[in-house]
Amino acid sequence: MSSEQQGESIRCLVAKVGLDGHDRGAHVIARAFRDAGFEVIYSGLHRAPDEIVQAAVQEDVDVLGISILSGAHDTLVPKIMSGLEEYGAKDDTLVLVGGVVPEEDRENLKAEGVSAIFGPGTSIEETIEFVRENAPER
Amino acid sequence: MTGDETLLEDLLAGEHRALARVISKIENRAPGHRELVSALYAHAGDADVIGVTGSPGAGKSTLVDKLAETYRERGETVGVIAIDPSSPFTGGAVLGDRIRMASTVGDMDVFVRSMSARGTLGGLSTATADAVKAMDAFGKDKIIIETVGAGQNEIDIVRTADTVAVLVPPGSGDDIQTLKAGILEIGDVFVVNKADRDGADRTVQELREMIHLGEGSGFGSGHHGADEITDHHPDWDGPDETDGDTAEVAADWSPPIVETVATTATGIDDLIDEFTAHQTYLVDSGTHAAMARQRYAEEIRTLLREDVHAILEDELDRVGGIDDLADAVRAGETDPYTIADELLEPVEACVSELGTDSAGTE
Repeated sequence: MSSEQQGESIRCLVAKVGLDGHDRGAHVIARAFRDAGFEVIYSGLHRAPDEIVQAAVQEDVDVLGISILSGAHDTLVPKIMSGLEEYGAKDDTLVLVGGVVPEEDRENLKAEGVSAIFGPGTSIEETIEFVRENAPER
Repeated sequence: MTGDETLLEDLLAGEHRALARVISKIENRAPGHRELVSALYAHAGDADVIGVTGSPGAGKSTLVDKLAETYRERGETVGVIAIDPSSPFTGGAVLGDRIRMASTVGDMDVFVRSMSARGTLGGLSTATADAVKAMDAFGKDKIIIETVGAGQNEIDIVRTADTVAVLVPPGSGDDIQTLKAGILEIGDVFVVNKADRDGADRTVQELREMIHLGEGSGFGSGHHGADEITDHHPDWDGPDETDGDTAEVAADWSPPIVETVATTATGIDDLIDEFTAHQTYLVDSGTHAAMARQRYAEEIRTLLREDVHAILEDELDRVGGIDDLADAVRAGETDPYTIADELLEPVEACVSELGTDSAGTE
C-alpha cells in the first residue's frame, strides 16, 4: 500500500435482519471482506428492515449483504428493497442474500432486485470475486 | 447544472442520500470533492463539534449513542462520525460502532457515518474535518466525532472538535499513566465511564490530582491559546473592555470530571451541561476565535502540501519515475539529497522569480 492510499474502497454492509440469532456466518464474511480490502460495516443482530435501510443509506454502501437463516427472507427482503427505493438507493446498491434460501424462493428474491443468493457451501472466494466484479461503478 | 451542483443543492435541501454521497466523495478524494467542500464553507459554522476519545473498550460508542438520544429529546439534530482503524496490509476495515448506536435507530435526524483510517499523511483528519463541514452545512446542530484513542492520529482528528471528551475507564492503570504525555492532555472534559465499577473513585481521584498539577503550568487551562482576535461566533457579544480581570478569569478552563454509566444513561445530562459550559467558555474567552484561526491555518497548510505533493509527483513522472532514481542511489551514482536538490531547483527558481516580479511592481 502506498503512503497516500487514495480512491475508492468497496464499502459493504453485512446485515442480520429479523429474529434469527446466529451470526457466526456474518462474522466470517465480515472478516473475509476485511481481508479482501473492503470496508465492512456490521449491523449487529436482530435488525428491523428500516434499520438496515437507514444504515445502508447513511453509510452510502456499494454492497448490502443480508444474512438470513430463519426463513423469513420472503417478507424481510422485499421490505428492505422498497426502503432502498424510497431513498433512491436501490438501483446502485448491489444486494446479496446469504443463508438458507430454498430453490423455489430464489426467483422471487431476484425479481425484487437481489443480485445473487449464496447458499450453504458457497466458498468465500466466490463471494468476494462476485463483489469485485459486480460492485456498482459510481 | 453539473452533477456536483445538484448534489450540493440536494444536501442543502436536507436529502440524506446527498449527504451520504458527499461524504463518500470526500473520503474517496473523488474528482470535484474540493469544489464541493469549498462550496460547503458558506453554509457551515453553526454546529457544535464534540470529540469523544478514549482507549478501546472505554464505552465510547455507548456513550455517544446516549448523547445522541439525549440531544434528540431536547429537539436537536445530531451527526455522528465514528472512526475505526483499517488494516495497514489490505486497507480493509470492520466498522463496528453502529452496533452500539441503537437508541436512535429509525430516527434519520441522527446521521451516523463510519469512517476508516483509509488515508495517511494527514488524510484522515482532513477527510474528517471535511465530513464535519458537510454535516454542518446539512444543518446538524451537534456533531460528535468518535475515535479510537490509541495514537497520535486520533489526536489530530479530535483537533477538529471544539470540545474534546476523554473517557477513562476505572482501573486503567496507576497514577503514573495519568502523568504520561498523550491523550490525557487533549481533554476538555474527562469522563469516568462505567462509574459503577470498582476503582471508579480512585480513577476520579487520580484524574483530579493530574488536573490540579497541571493548573498554573498552562496545561489544562486555555491550552488552545487564547488571545484577543475578534470572534465571528454568533454567541459572542464583543470584547469585555471595562474589566480586564474578567477576561483573565474566563481564560482559565479547568477540565471537569464527570462520572457516567453509559449503559443506563446515568450522568449524561451532567456531561451535556459540561459541554455547554465549555462552549460558553470558548466563546467568552476568545479561545473559540483563536482555535478557528489555528484550524483554518492548518487546513490551508494541508491543502498546500497536497497540491505541492501532486506537482512533485508529476515532476517525478516527467523525469521517468522514482524507481530509476532509487536504482541510481542503490548503484552509488548519486544520493537522495542531490536528487531532491536537482528536482526542486526549477521549482525554486520559478517561485523566486515570482517574488522578484512582485517586488519590482511595487
